[in-house]
Amino acid sequence: MTQPHPSDQPGALERRVTGGRFIALVLAIAIFSGIVTLAITALLMNIQERKQEARNPFFRVVELDDMTVDPAVWGKNFPLQYDMYLKTVDMQRTRFGGSEAMVRRPTDADPRTQVAQSKLEEDPRLATMWAGYAFAIDFREERGHAYMLEDQTYTQRHQKEQAGTCLHCHASTYVPYKIAGDGDLIAGFEKFNPLPYFEARKQMETIMTETLDDPHGLHPVACIDCHDPETMALRVTRPGFLEGIAAFKREVEGIDNYDPNTMATRQEMRTFVCGQCHVEYYFKGEGKRLTYPWTNGLRGDQILAYYEETGFADWTHAETGAQVLKAQHPEFEMYNQGIHARSGVACADCHMPYVREGALKVSDHHVRSPLLNINNACQTCHNFPEAEMKERAELIQSRFFEMRDLALDGLVELIAEIKAARQAGVGDEQLRAAQGFQRKSQFLIDFCEAENSMGFHAPQESARLLTQALDYVRQGQLALRGSVAATSGATGALPPSVESAPAPPQPMQPAAPPENPPDEQSAQSAPASESAVFNEG
Amino acid sequence: MAHWLTTRTALIAAVALGLAAGSAAGVGFYTFVYARGASYMTNDPTACVNCHVMRGQFEAWQRGSHHAVAVCNDCHTPHNLLGKWTTKALNGWHHSVAFTTGQFHEPIQITERNRKITQQTCRDCHGDIVAMIDTHTRGERVDCIRCHREVGHGD
Repeated sequence: MTQPHPSDQPGALERRVTGGRFIALVLAIAIFSGIVTLAITALLMNIQERKQEARNPFFRVVELDDMTVDPAVWGKNFPLQYDMYLKTVDMQRTRFGGSEAMVRRPTDADPRTQVAQSKLEEDPRLATMWAGYAFAIDFREERGHAYMLEDQTYTQRHQKEQAGTCLHCHASTYVPYKIAGDGDLIAGFEKFNPLPYFEARKQMETIMTETLDDPHGLHPVACIDCHDPETMALRVTRPGFLEGIAAFKREVEGIDNYDPNTMATRQEMRTFVCGQCHVEYYFKGEGKRLTYPWTNGLRGDQILAYYEETGFADWTHAETGAQVLKAQHPEFEMYNQGIHARSGVACADCHMPYVREGALKVSDHHVRSPLLNINNACQTCHNFPEAEMKERAELIQSRFFEMRDLALDGLVELIAEIKAARQAGVGDEQLRAAQGFQRKSQFLIDFCEAENSMGFHAPQESARLLTQALDYVRQGQLALRGSVAATSGATGALPPSVESAPAPPQPMQPAAPPENPPDEQSAQSAPASESAVFNEG
Repeated sequence: MAHWLTTRTALIAAVALGLAAGSAAGVGFYTFVYARGASYMTNDPTACVNCHVMRGQFEAWQRGSHHAVAVCNDCHTPHNLLGKWTTKALNGWHHSVAFTTGQFHEPIQITERNRKITQQTCRDCHGDIVAMIDTHTRGERVDCIRCHREVGHGD
C-alpha cells in the first residue's frame, strides 16, 4: 500500500483491493524465484566444489630428499596418507589374530602402559616347542606397525642377547644404514648386523639425533622405507630383501642380477615392499648377516631343505638336545603359494585397499587385517555379503587352527618321548634320528604357526606342511622305537622341485606350487641337493 | 487486459518480477552449462565421468573387452527410446542427489533395477547364443555378469 490512490475517483476501493492482491502475488513470485535462485546457486557452488575436488590439488609444503626419515615431515605433503599411517596404533582383535590393548603397570625398565596378549599364555605348547630359546620367555601377539620398535625394545627376550640385525626391520634403518656406510647401504647393513642389539640401537639413535638432527630419534617403519622421495614410486630399501630376492631369482629362476627396483612391475612392488620384512630369515655366520633362505624356493619344505643343507640351527632344544630352528613370520612366502597370489592380487590390495578421499583414490595406509575392513578389502572383487565373506575366511582359519592344534599335540608328545628316552639312556643313533625329525617337524609347524594369517594366505599349502610335520613326528616316534626302516621311501623326500614346475603365469609368484600333486616317482628323481636332505630310499 | 496495469505500481512490479525470473533463469542456465548439462543428452561415455565418482568405472571400462563395441548407455540403459530416457532421467536424478549430498554406499553398487537392465542388454546382443543355456536354469535366472563380470569393466 505504498501508492496513494485518489479516493474521489470512481472504483477507487475496488482498485485498491485488486492492487493489494497484485502486490501480494508479485511478492510471492519474487520470494519463489528468490528461493529457486538460491537453490540453483547452492547447486552451482556444490558443483564447483566437486570440480575442485577432482583437480587433485597437491601442495608441496616441504622438500623431501633421500635423507628425510621423519614421517611427520612427509605428512606435510601427504596429509591423507599420513593420517591413515598414524592409525596403525589401533588395537583390534579378529577371531584368531589382532592385538588387544592389555593394561600393564609401567616400570622403569618397561614404560609401556599397554601390551598385547601373551601367546605363550594362550598356548603353553609353544613354550615347550621353544624350550631354551628366547621366544619361550616372552612372545606376544603382534601389534600394529606403530609399535614395532617399542615392542622390540621392551620384550623380555632381551634376557638373552639379541643381535643388531633385528633392527633391520624393526626400525626405519635405510638412512642410518646409508650414513653408517658412508652412502653405501649394504656397507652400513654389514656394520650393524654383528653388534649387540642395544649397541646398534644406541648408534642408530645417535645418527638420527646428531647427524640428522631429528629430535624423535629412530622411527618405526617410515614413508622412506617404501617410497622414493622424488617420485613417491614404491621401492625396496631393505638389504635383506634385495639380496634374498636376487638370490632366489638367480638360483631358482635363472635370472642374474635381479633388482626389484628396476625390474619388478608396479603390482609386484605392491607385494615386495611388504615382503621386505614379512618373511622367514636367519642370521648367517659370524657377521650375523640377515639372510632370507630362498635359494631352494619359497615353500616351507624348500626352506627347511636349505637349512638341512647348511646345517644351520638357531638353538639347542633345552628338553631334547635337538638342534632346532625358529621360523619367523613367513607371510610373503606363504601368500605366494595361495590363490590370491595366483590371481595377481598384491598384499596392498587387501591390507591397504583403495579408499576415496574427495576425488582422490588413496591406498589405505592404515595397514591392518582385511577382516576389519571387509567392505573395501574383499568386496571390491567378491560380490557377496560382508557376513558371508567373514564366514568364509573364518572357516578357512578354523580348519587350519584345528590342524595346527593336532600338529602341536603331536610335536609336544614327540618332545616328551625324546626327553624320556634320553633319560632312559636310549642309543645315540636312535636319539639323533628322533632329534632330526623333531627339528624338521617343529620347523614346519612353526612355519605355519608363525605365519600371520591363521592359514588364510595359502590354506592347502599350510595343510600340506602340517601333514608333513605330523609325518615327521610319526617318524620321530618310530625312530625312538628303533624302527626307522619301517618308514616308506617317500617320507622325508621333498615333493617335485619347483624347477620342474611350469613357469608361473604371474611374475609375482616365483614359487607357485606345481599343478599336479606331489608324486613319489618324481620325488625320487629330484635333484641331488634336495633328495640328499632326507631320503631313506 | 485489466485497467490497473496501466498504473505505475504495476509497471514497477512487472519489472521486479522480470528481474527476479530473469536472474533465476540466468543463474540456472549458467549452472546448466557449467555442469555440462547438455552432455547428459548425448551417448558420450565421458559424460558419465563429469563426476569424479565414476572415474574408476570409466577407467575399468576402457580396459574391458566391450570397450570396442559398447559405451555406458549400451549396457546401462534399455534399448528402446522410452526406456532409455526414463532410465537416464531416473539415474540422473538419483546420482545428482547422491553426489550432491554425499550420501551413497562405497564402493558404489548397482541398484536392482539397473542390474536387471544390464542383464537384458546382454541378451539384446547375445540372446541368440545363450537361448539354449537359458533352459537349463531353474527358478531365478543366473546373471551373465555373475561369470562374465570383466567384459564391461576390466581389471
